[in-house]
Amino acid sequence: MTTHGTPDGAHTPMNDEHGSTAVRLDQGHIQGTGGIPAQFQNPGLPPHVERMSDIDPKAAKRAELQVASMFILSILGSLACLVAYFVIPTHQQIWIPAIENGNLSHLAIGLTLAISTFFIGAGAVHWAKTLMPDQEVVEERHPLHSTPEERQAFARALAEGDAAAQLSRRPLLKMTLAGALGLFAIPPIVQLVGGLGPLPGDDLSTTFWDSKYWTNGKAPRLMRDPEMTPIKASDVTIGSVFHVLPEGIMDSEHPLDEKGKAAVLLMRLHPDQIKSQKERDWGYHGIVAYSKICTHVGCPVGLYEQTTHHLLCPCHQSTFDVTDDCKVIFGPAHRPLPQLKIAVDAEGYLIAEHGFAEAVGPSFWERG
Amino acid sequence: MKTLAAKRRHPAALFVLLLAALLTMGTAYAFASPRTTAAPSTAAAATDEEAGKAIFLANCASCHGVLAQGGQFAPSLAGVGAASVDFQMGTGRMPMVRPGVQAPREPRLFDQQQINQVGAYIASLAPGPAVPSTEYTEGGGDAARGGEIYRVNCAMCHNASGAGGALTRGKYAPSLRGVEGKHIYEAMLTGPQSMPVFKDTNLSPTDKKDVITFLQEVDKGENPGGYALGNIGPVPEGMFAWTFGIGLMILAAIWLGRKAA
Repeated sequence: MTTHGTPDGAHTPMNDEHGSTAVRLDQGHIQGTGGIPAQFQNPGLPPHVERMSDIDPKAAKRAELQVASMFILSILGSLACLVAYFVIPTHQQIWIPAIENGNLSHLAIGLTLAISTFFIGAGAVHWAKTLMPDQEVVEERHPLHSTPEERQAFARALAEGDAAAQLSRRPLLKMTLAGALGLFAIPPIVQLVGGLGPLPGDDLSTTFWDSKYWTNGKAPRLMRDPEMTPIKASDVTIGSVFHVLPEGIMDSEHPLDEKGKAAVLLMRLHPDQIKSQKERDWGYHGIVAYSKICTHVGCPVGLYEQTTHHLLCPCHQSTFDVTDDCKVIFGPAHRPLPQLKIAVDAEGYLIAEHGFAEAVGPSFWERG
Repeated sequence: MKTLAAKRRHPAALFVLLLAALLTMGTAYAFASPRTTAAPSTAAAATDEEAGKAIFLANCASCHGVLAQGGQFAPSLAGVGAASVDFQMGTGRMPMVRPGVQAPREPRLFDQQQINQVGAYIASLAPGPAVPSTEYTEGGGDAARGGEIYRVNCAMCHNASGAGGALTRGKYAPSLRGVEGKHIYEAMLTGPQSMPVFKDTNLSPTDKKDVITFLQEVDKGENPGGYALGNIGPVPEGMFAWTFGIGLMILAAIWLGRKAA
């Protein structure tokens, strides 16, 4: 079992020229002698190997036929694509293994086009590899700069032009031209920045629930999304979840923009299950309303598990605990979901007397 | 016998033996599994409720309690109604095959008459939602409106094309493909497991009918072309592109870089 180089030392490089051989860890510090040459020799290219098609004319003929048959396959693919386009009805469904139901027309067009393009490329590559010359060639880089004479001539031409235009002699012209050119750049920049749209103002901090959007001074009712019908407190049974929008949102100027901020999730828990006094106070007999916009990056937090009372955001798995004021219990979100304070109007419908106490959705610059 | 004795030292012998043992154990377990308990014949019982009670005592009471009062592992069934029984037993979720975070959909064990009898028994304990009328469960509603309601109320868990999706801690929203309209209606009505309840005060029977119609349209499974990859969104599609697309490109690069022989 003992071989050279083992610690019991049948053979060690101890007496070799250090610096040109490997040093073992147990040999301690060994001063090298600089055994590496100052410059390595260029090993050059490996010897050229002739291909079968270079030596044997039969092999060359075979390669030619292979390339030609690839091009013919491509031609057949193109023709088949044209046939498929005109012959196969556009809505015919067929069962394809591993894909299951699929549209026959799209499948045939895609496959034949793939054959058509692929075999042009494959044929060209095979041609280049088997028949085109493959001798290794070295091309030296040549200098890019001009000759000294050309450079001097250019400097002279520049100096002559300067003198002829009297640019250095008349500083007034120089200054005004510089000013004109500098100012000329500003209008396009202003237009570009202005074209980015108006400043957001308080758009990010307000929602359609806020009193400034109320119609004839009445607190908006909570409406079912998408039916837009009002919700009675008695409609909301324990374990239910309602997807809610503010009354009148569809009549706003930009309903989709408003929906993106004002969407609300309404749930009913047993009041004893709610741990947060503020959540109980802002709700109504265990009915609580929370913003549906995730505080992480604004996805709709819609996955409510009625057994665990977890609200899950489908985008990044942020999980909020509805029994504890929608605090974050998992995932990348940083803030709890804002709660909407709800009440009941004279007719028994749920209303929101105030907007959200804080901005909904993800963080932004001014919010921090 | 001699050849068999000679082969016992063959390297594959261990694996063959293991496989045989596993197969035997698995088959034996499948026969011994409580799921195959035959339902007692109930034809002799006088009323549906009594027959249902007999089935309940034989198959459900070990977890739900002899009075359906619930137990350590299972909820009380007072007030869940015949709709809940029809959903849970009709989709094979109950009797539950094995303990777990969620009862999976299984081939059902009881015929519709037996399920109705258990439903009648459970409904006699306390009032609860009844099995919906076929008027609302067979489709024929407004698929476009149903799609809109579906996308607001259902799609976040069950996926925009009804393919299902993951919830927290191993729970999941099941696929809605090929589910009977009746069972979809009952699930909305009763809120099984993690699913919230969508009572008629939230989604009216017509709303539910439209959702069922929409899902029936989805079930037709028309595919405009291409590999749907289960219709579960961008993650598998990206995964497919990364593994197969980039794999193919690497193979092509290797081919391009090789010298011809």
